[in-house]
Amino acid sequence: MLNGIEKTETKALEPLIYDLGSPGRIGVNLPDCDVPESDLPRDLMRDDLKLPEVGELQVVRHFLKLSQLNYAIDKGFYPLGSCTMKYNPKLNEDMARLPGFAALHPLTDGEGTQGALALMHELQRWLGEISGFEAVSLAPAAGAQGEFAGILMIRNYHLDRGDTQRTKIIVPNSAHGTNPATVTMAGFEVIEVPSDNRGDVDLEALRKVCNDRGSEIAGMMITVPSTLGLFEEHILDVIEMVHRVGGLMYMDGANMNALMGIVKPGELGFDVMHYNLHKTFSTPHGGGGPGSGPVGVNAKLKPFLPGPIVEIIEPAQAEDETPLYGLVMPEKTIGRLKAFHGNFGMHVRAYAYIRIYGDTGIRDVSRHAVLNANYIRARLVDTYTIPYPRYCGHEFVLEGRFADAPDVHALDISKRLMDYGIHPPTNYFPLIVPEALLIEPTETETKETLDEFIEAMKRIAHEAKTQPELLHDAPHSAPVKRLDEVKAARDLVLCCAPALPNAAGD
Amino acid sequence: MAELKYPSDLKYAKSDEWVRVEGDIATLGISDYAQDSLNDLTYIEFSHSVGDNIAAGDAVGEVESVKATAEIITPIAGDILEVNSDLESEPEIINADPYGKGWLVKIKITDAAGLEGLMDAAAYQAYCESR
Repeated sequence: MLNGIEKTETKALEPLIYDLGSPGRIGVNLPDCDVPESDLPRDLMRDDLKLPEVGELQVVRHFLKLSQLNYAIDKGFYPLGSCTMKYNPKLNEDMARLPGFAALHPLTDGEGTQGALALMHELQRWLGEISGFEAVSLAPAAGAQGEFAGILMIRNYHLDRGDTQRTKIIVPNSAHGTNPATVTMAGFEVIEVPSDNRGDVDLEALRKVCNDRGSEIAGMMITVPSTLGLFEEHILDVIEMVHRVGGLMYMDGANMNALMGIVKPGELGFDVMHYNLHKTFSTPHGGGGPGSGPVGVNAKLKPFLPGPIVEIIEPAQAEDETPLYGLVMPEKTIGRLKAFHGNFGMHVRAYAYIRIYGDTGIRDVSRHAVLNANYIRARLVDTYTIPYPRYCGHEFVLEGRFADAPDVHALDISKRLMDYGIHPPTNYFPLIVPEALLIEPTETETKETLDEFIEAMKRIAHEAKTQPELLHDAPHSAPVKRLDEVKAARDLVLCCAPALPNAAGD
Repeated sequence: MAELKYPSDLKYAKSDEWVRVEGDIATLGISDYAQDSLNDLTYIEFSHSVGDNIAAGDAVGEVESVKATAEIITPIAGDILEVNSDLESEPEIINADPYGKGWLVKIKITDAAGLEGLMDAAAYQAYCESR
């Protein structure tokens, strides 16, 4: 029983790699230098930077041990809402490691890149098809950059028409936290609209904003399904209201895992949307990234897409020939977001994922994601307070609090789940639900895994009322016990000194 | 959970600030309910300095906890007389004493109209308990 595991004194589970070394010990023998040697610029030299001096076996053991302390989707259930921590099929990794892709230098030009460009062109087309948009740019490096690109396109669209009065973007209070941040980064001001008691946008509040300040509205950013996991029931009305006053509609596509093959945002009337390939299309996520945040747009915004995008430069001359692909910058592009072509390795993985599933398979991904979330929700509804009791999308939110266990909080439930071998759900988000736990099982879990999670949640609810100290002291079985989050937030230790200005003065 | 306090000499906003009016000076803070829901505060930032004129509905600052960040909105207009800068190094004072040493700003009232929309202690307590 987990209950019997006692709290042990915290000690380092594995030393730092610097503490494993010894002066002069090396792990590799470098080959003789075959180019003339030259000194590094003096102003870039420093002698205070310690390097680990370790042998190969020490390095292997060190990192293997660290990896074994880690928790990952490959090790267990990971229902982290809003993040879509789905399993990444290993075939994606095989494809991304093909030397023709992995070793392709980004400065290779012309014929040498045709295979890679063909893949990007196909991925642009498929992402356009899934979202119902006319054109797609793969350039953004992650979701937040996709959002930034989308809002800059909206900005430049209005400026291009000579309309300089539109300085506000509407954001519902159930939005992703990045949405208001994006609005501010792009130089706009946020107008927040509340949710109604069903968790949808409060239409009366939205109507008032549109009526009172219509000429200032550049657009609206909305996450569908919202971070409450709810499909906005009045989405067509919302889009119509904002369009009527001249604003454009941005859809945060972070939750596309609920919609693929079922709803096309472009056909609903959205003008622009970003994907998170690292959520929906099974490319690595979190520490294993990088991310990728392609943007899709309708004809209105197509000229403003961030570049470069892949286009057919010369059509195929005959049926058995291939066209010539090239990288182009759209006519009124907002510009580049990063060097080269986006995170190409992620494009390969997403391409492989879509290719393997095909159109009906992609639809099944979303259907199973939604089914799994609704299954858990329905089975927990008698144990936990579920604030919006209606069908959810791919995730749902419950309240991690009990009237008869007033000292137990969502955080305690999350920490206790770790003792059951399960990664905690998202805590305290969305902000509009007290003691929120946002649960997203994803499509790749079996019914047995879902049942184990449900059972653990029910047992924890029981423990909360009978042995609350078990929750307060949790986790008992994780490599490190309850961390002092307050100290971590209050006493920041900066390990990176700011870069000194170049001594040469340029 | 310790019993939350709702002192009867204060007025409360729906967004969980309290106001104490003494003559033409108002003191502003966040309620016991607010500090309890936010949990341990880790950071506070004031967006105005002494002498600034603020309108009702303006943010006077922002508090951050291990759970969330929240803006502090003033329900009344006036000039800032004093900010409680002790909180910048010790935001936990707000958790310990939200109605006393945890006050945030003192304002010389120029327009008290915003006071009319505030709740008394009993109404605010009922509002908090329904959440």
